[in-house]
Amino acid sequence: MNFSEVFKQSNQLCKVSPDGKYLATCVQYRLVVRDVSTLQILQLYTCLDQISHMDWASDSLFILCAMYKRGLVQVWSLEQPDWHCKIDEGSIGLLSSRWSPDGRHVLNTTEFHLRITVWSLCTKAVSYIKYPKACQKGIDFSRDGCYMALAERRDCKDYVSVFVCDDWHLLRHFETETQDLAGLEWSPNGCVLAVWDSCLEYKVLLYSLDGRLLSTYSAYEWSLGIKSVTWCPSSQFLAIGSYDEKVRILNHITWKKVTQFEHPATINNTKAVVYKEVERRPAVGSDDLSLHNITIGTTLFNTQSKYEICPLPVQLPVVKPDPDRANPKIGVSTLAFSSDSRYLATKNDNMASVVWVWDMQKMSLEAVLEQTSAVRCFQWDPQRPRLALCTGNTKLYLWSPAGCVSVQVPTEGGFQVQSLNWHCSGDSLILLGKEQLCLCYMDTDQEDKFFRTSVQVAGMFLF
Amino acid sequence: MGEWWTTVPIGTSMGNYDISSISHVTMSPLRQNNLVSMYSSLPLSKSSYNVISAFCTEDNIPQCISYMNQELASLGLSSTCIEASSPGGAGLSTVPALNAMYELLQIHRRNMGTLEELEKEQLKKSSSMEHMQMNNSRLKDQLELSIREKSGLHETERQLQLKIKTLQSCLKTEKEEVQKLQSIISSRASQYSHDAKRKERETAKLKERLGQLLVDRKDKKLAIDVLNCLGRSDGKRSHWKTAKATASHEGEMYKSLLSDYEASQRALMLENAELKKVLQQMKKEMMHILSPRQLSTRGATADDSQDQADSDGEEKAGNSSRETLDQSCEHAREQLTNSIRQQWRKLRNHMEKLDSQVQNQLESNKEVIPRETHEDEMERMRHEVQQCKEFIHAQQQLLQQQLNTSFDDETAALLNDCYTLEEKERLKEEWRLFEEQKRNFERERKNFTEAAIRLGREKKAFQEDRASWLKNQFLNMTPFTDLPYQSVSLFLNLRKNASKCLPQKQDFSVVMGTEHNLNDDNALQSSGSQPFT
Repeated sequence: MNFSEVFKQSNQLCKVSPDGKYLATCVQYRLVVRDVSTLQILQLYTCLDQISHMDWASDSLFILCAMYKRGLVQVWSLEQPDWHCKIDEGSIGLLSSRWSPDGRHVLNTTEFHLRITVWSLCTKAVSYIKYPKACQKGIDFSRDGCYMALAERRDCKDYVSVFVCDDWHLLRHFETETQDLAGLEWSPNGCVLAVWDSCLEYKVLLYSLDGRLLSTYSAYEWSLGIKSVTWCPSSQFLAIGSYDEKVRILNHITWKKVTQFEHPATINNTKAVVYKEVERRPAVGSDDLSLHNITIGTTLFNTQSKYEICPLPVQLPVVKPDPDRANPKIGVSTLAFSSDSRYLATKNDNMASVVWVWDMQKMSLEAVLEQTSAVRCFQWDPQRPRLALCTGNTKLYLWSPAGCVSVQVPTEGGFQVQSLNWHCSGDSLILLGKEQLCLCYMDTDQEDKFFRTSVQVAGMFLF
Repeated sequence: MGEWWTTVPIGTSMGNYDISSISHVTMSPLRQNNLVSMYSSLPLSKSSYNVISAFCTEDNIPQCISYMNQELASLGLSSTCIEASSPGGAGLSTVPALNAMYELLQIHRRNMGTLEELEKEQLKKSSSMEHMQMNNSRLKDQLELSIREKSGLHETERQLQLKIKTLQSCLKTEKEEVQKLQSIISSRASQYSHDAKRKERETAKLKERLGQLLVDRKDKKLAIDVLNCLGRSDGKRSHWKTAKATASHEGEMYKSLLSDYEASQRALMLENAELKKVLQQMKKEMMHILSPRQLSTRGATADDSQDQADSDGEEKAGNSSRETLDQSCEHAREQLTNSIRQQWRKLRNHMEKLDSQVQNQLESNKEVIPRETHEDEMERMRHEVQQCKEFIHAQQQLLQQQLNTSFDDETAALLNDCYTLEEKERLKEEWRLFEEQKRNFERERKNFTEAAIRLGREKKAFQEDRASWLKNQFLNMTPFTDLPYQSVSLFLNLRKNASKCLPQKQDFSVVMGTEHNLNDDNALQSSGSQPFT
């Protein structure tokens, strides 16, 4: 495992191009494009204001930079650095901006969700979409880029509009049976649209591409409902995480619940492996506080940690949320399927330092990772069943079915890993700190060997 | 109640005033009885008057008088004494007699008075006792009633307690539910309020912006500034929006949907086929497992085997038909599942039967030999059989040998004969030896007896000899004590020697007498003393 040097970035804006060749980062109002393997700066663009949002076009040729305060969007070309494009939303303001799947249209959501403006870079034409809904996830593009689903709200009723991305033709427009639509998501095969209600009502509606209601699922009434929804990459399962700390899996044939995964505070009677991160603090002699020691104090405070396998029963740390506040920190908020649909990683908000990994073939718990602090971000490797997670300290944690390893990011000055992104090839990871970023290159040839050695190094014994 | 001591003279004979014959009559508690007795006593008194007249006659006046005086004295009326008017006369002095009578009447009256009082008292007491008894019974009844009431109340109390408990538990569950609902309501309310606040904030911002815009007047138009237009990503030219385009979109959409459905259907078909295959295999195996067992067990499973045969026949027919039929036919599927169910049921019944059999065996353990001993027995018997077989085999071999060594019948007979002859000879020899030894024994016995006789004679002779010697010695002994000590000592020595000799001789004879045997003869012969020959 190699770590690159640390670079500056702002706003956690750091994205790899879809073809995996370039890495774009934003530093204040500059856009820096680097080569992924050499990390050499290829292009440097300057925007008019601090960049709030940056995104690659699907063909990896263009990058859009949005400046929400100014209401501006600037598009840069990689091939022709002097090509420029500036979109000004005027007095209406800008809330969010995104590419269309073909990479030739920019969709701007104006302030107060008044409308969505569709700018065409080919024809300079403008189209408007009215009444977009302000919700958690109101727009979704299908994976093949053909269709766009948009949530609308007219006359206190929820609607879904399906557009053909080719020419923005409205394909279907139908009302949904939701009280307050919170989000929608296409299935990976693009044939089913999952629509779910806000947390006040547990309801998931499944619509076919042509707008027919296929099925409705509601697990219970009255208590707070759905917190997160995700599709399995093979479109076979839909995982629903809710406020009652459970994940329910629906199958795509009958749209009925296949199983539910619970997140109890005490784990016993399971075949899963429970990994617990254990920190080893190096002993600091109190008499030795000379200047020399203090300067190297940062390394002193870098505690070593390793994973230990805990015997059952295991008690997990639970933080009870404030009952009076809205959106309580309880329930399954993050769900992620591995790329081969074999594993599902979940995080329950009142056990924020624990990541649960479930085996979808056996429909049972595979592993539990208990960290020392709250897990901030986890993501599956796009190519293989490997999970990377970070907890806001200077370490990177990796889990695979072979084992679990904790790696110290070797930087001076302490690099707090706040979020991470996998490269599309699965060979490297981009670690984002508060103001910094670092690349971690995995050694793919000797991957298994790495894991084996790291297992030994980490001092774990697997059965 | 008092006791009356009445003296009722029993006998009517003159001279028999049996004072000792006293009978007491206990007074009955009831006054009536008393009266009756009183009344009854009246005729008695009348009769007793006769008796009284019988008591005193002309002759026994002084005795009567003295007796009366005694009685009066005993009653405490010593003052009045009855006197005879004239001594020896048949009269009575009136004054004392009248006084005595008056006194007696007074006494009687007093007695009657006390009797009346006592009777009154008794009546009172009896009535009070009656009253008390009535009270007692009433109170007992009351007590019983109240006890019953109490138990009844206890019972109702218990039931009410039970009811209370159930109601309390109901209340608890209801409270819990209420709490849960309250928490839900509170979370929902907080969510609503949060959302409402958010919306309000947004509207406020909107209003502000609107106000700003109205004030601003300078409407910044939205514009796009592009250096040059880009080509489409797929390289084609953009098309006009026509109905055909719309239709084509629709078509595209339906195509993609259809292809997805087809793919899923294909996958499902494959899965279905797999599962059907598995089921068929399972069915075959189940049939296979069931059929040989069914054939081996008799009796109770006869009907089962019949069923089996029937279903087998049916299955075979079904199999053949199914092969021709389409696999995905509904009918075929039903048939398959039904047959699987049937087979499974049979298998289960069979397993249950086996289980119950094992159970029965375990229960009736004494009738059935446990397996280990059975096996041991078997082993032992097998071993025995083996041994017997070997033995027989060996015998047979020997027999064969025997038979084999005989060349032909004659020689065999001869040989047999010669064997017996040899034996005869041997036997004769032994007889001869035996006879010889017997003769030897006889001879020696004779010698023995002769020797014994001789010894006896010699003994007698010796005894006579000794006796004569002793006589001589004694006669030779002088009364003069010239050499007293020496001669006495000499004599004593001689005597000692003689006595010493004697037991030897006796021993010898004893020895000779008791032990007999050749050994002794030999010993004697070897020792050199040869008294016989």
